Amino acid sequence: MSPGGGWLSAHWQALPAFVHSTVFIVALTIVLILSVAYLTLWERKLIGWMQMRRGPNRVRLFGIPHTEYLGQPFADVVKLLIKEIVTPSRSNRVLFRLAPAITLIPAFAAWAVIPIAPGFAIADINAGLIYLLALTSVGVYGVILAGWASNSKYAFLGAMRSAAQIVAYEIAMGFALVGVLMAAGSLNLGVIVEHQRGAPLHWNLFWLFPLFMVYFISGVAETNRAPFDVAEGESEIVAGFHVEYSGIGFALFFLAEYANMILIAALTAIFFLGGWLSPLDGYLAADSGIRHVPLLGLALGDGTHWLVLKIFLLLCVFLWLRATFPRYRYDQIMRLGWKVLIPITIVWIAVEGVLAWFHVGPWRT
Amino acid sequence: MLVTILFYAFATILVAAGVGVITSRNPVHAALSLVLCFLTSAVLWMLIEAEFLAIVLVLVYVGAVMVLFLFVVMMLDIHVEELKAGFTRYAWLGWLVTGLVIAEIVGVVIQRRLGLDVTRGAAPLPPGYSNATELGTALFTRYAYAIELAAVLLLVAIIAAISLTLRRRRGLKLQDIPAQVAVRAEDRVRLVKMPSEPKP
Repeated sequence: MSPGGGWLSAHWQALPAFVHSTVFIVALTIVLILSVAYLTLWERKLIGWMQMRRGPNRVRLFGIPHTEYLGQPFADVVKLLIKEIVTPSRSNRVLFRLAPAITLIPAFAAWAVIPIAPGFAIADINAGLIYLLALTSVGVYGVILAGWASNSKYAFLGAMRSAAQIVAYEIAMGFALVGVLMAAGSLNLGVIVEHQRGAPLHWNLFWLFPLFMVYFISGVAETNRAPFDVAEGESEIVAGFHVEYSGIGFALFFLAEYANMILIAALTAIFFLGGWLSPLDGYLAADSGIRHVPLLGLALGDGTHWLVLKIFLLLCVFLWLRATFPRYRYDQIMRLGWKVLIPITIVWIAVEGVLAWFHVGPWRT
Repeated sequence: MLVTILFYAFATILVAAGVGVITSRNPVHAALSLVLCFLTSAVLWMLIEAEFLAIVLVLVYVGAVMVLFLFVVMMLDIHVEELKAGFTRYAWLGWLVTGLVIAEIVGVVIQRRLGLDVTRGAAPLPPGYSNATELGTALFTRYAYAIELAAVLLLVAIIAAISLTLRRRRGLKLQDIPAQVAVRAEDRVRLVKMPSEPKP
């Protein structure tokens, strides 16, 4: 390392712990917001390609040639920021303003416990998994309050639908995580990732495949994404819970939805796809020559880039679902949640218990 | 020092929110104040390093119970005037109960001397201490029968609640969902091959 780098790292080490975590939090938040911005663009482009359209193709990034659509997110943000904010006349003003923030905060706060690199999370707490469950369950308040405070029939209907749906799917989600918890024997997310070390066959994806499906489907339902987006349901109730929001209020809901998508994708990657573990883990010997090739060796080893890649692929599945499936009917959503997903998780937890008892599979004893 | 400041800040919010629960005219505001109460008491538990209990409080009460509460309260058509009709008539009873409860609390705190000088607060915990592990070990070894009994009780309560509210009406039109799911394209659509007609 150069002398400058040594000087920098020495000073960095000398800083108090709260400065470290503040820097990490700010950096992570900026990365997340930028990812959300480009996720909206990627969604429109990808769905456009799937449906044989072009998608956004007008706004260049600062007029640089060959960046035909990269400026689109910034144009959207500026448009939303300078729009007039309309507050319905008989709405509850305090709650109306508060609701978008309540939706957004848990989506970002949950990242505190996510292991983003080998052995690193902003807050490496033991009860990480239930912290996540608690935070994701708080997010529903934003939707309910938005619907109620708007004093509008459509918004209220959307909020009621969303509340019932989220409460139902949270149970399936929690049960799916019980399976992960049984496998890893810890509530700490870092330990859960570490437990999946080995070849990709050691990932929870393989041994807990039904739980993986249940978790991902519940995740799609939790984020109110298509095909479970009855809370918005533009063909029936205009835009559901955020029908009365304009300008930045709407932008915050939008931001929260996409931040939640990234969060669910990250959690699925961590719980079932081995998080930051490299998929070549079990096949590439630890002392093989290719690991000493300067850049390639790092790229093939464990690291944040694998987590990012897994998140990206899962996000593409989210978008793929939206491009292909028609919206569920409301009673079918409830049936799927209560009568299909929850029984599957309970059965698989029992199967897992039996397997663990007879020492089949990579379970802890 | 910081912990003390945080404690008093959140305790103040907790008390204020508690007052809000009983003084709000709007039931939704009362329910939301209760949510704030739960959140701040979770923070207070966090301050004595009971993080598992704190998070579970948020998860269960804020995330599930209060959502259903709000759900119901928002749908109800409550007439505040009617509810307040007998307020002055029964006020003496309310004051009596309030006085009794306050007297009991004061009596316990003063007589049994539950100040910090006696209990000495929470003991500092060793670094590798995990709340969840300790609780789990205690619940599933020493109190295994108690927790099984509680589980059975809850199951009985669920079954009772469902059987009390479940009623079958005559002439109800229901969808047969397995039949719907099992439908195949061949049952509904028949593809017929026909020779194309020559151009006129």
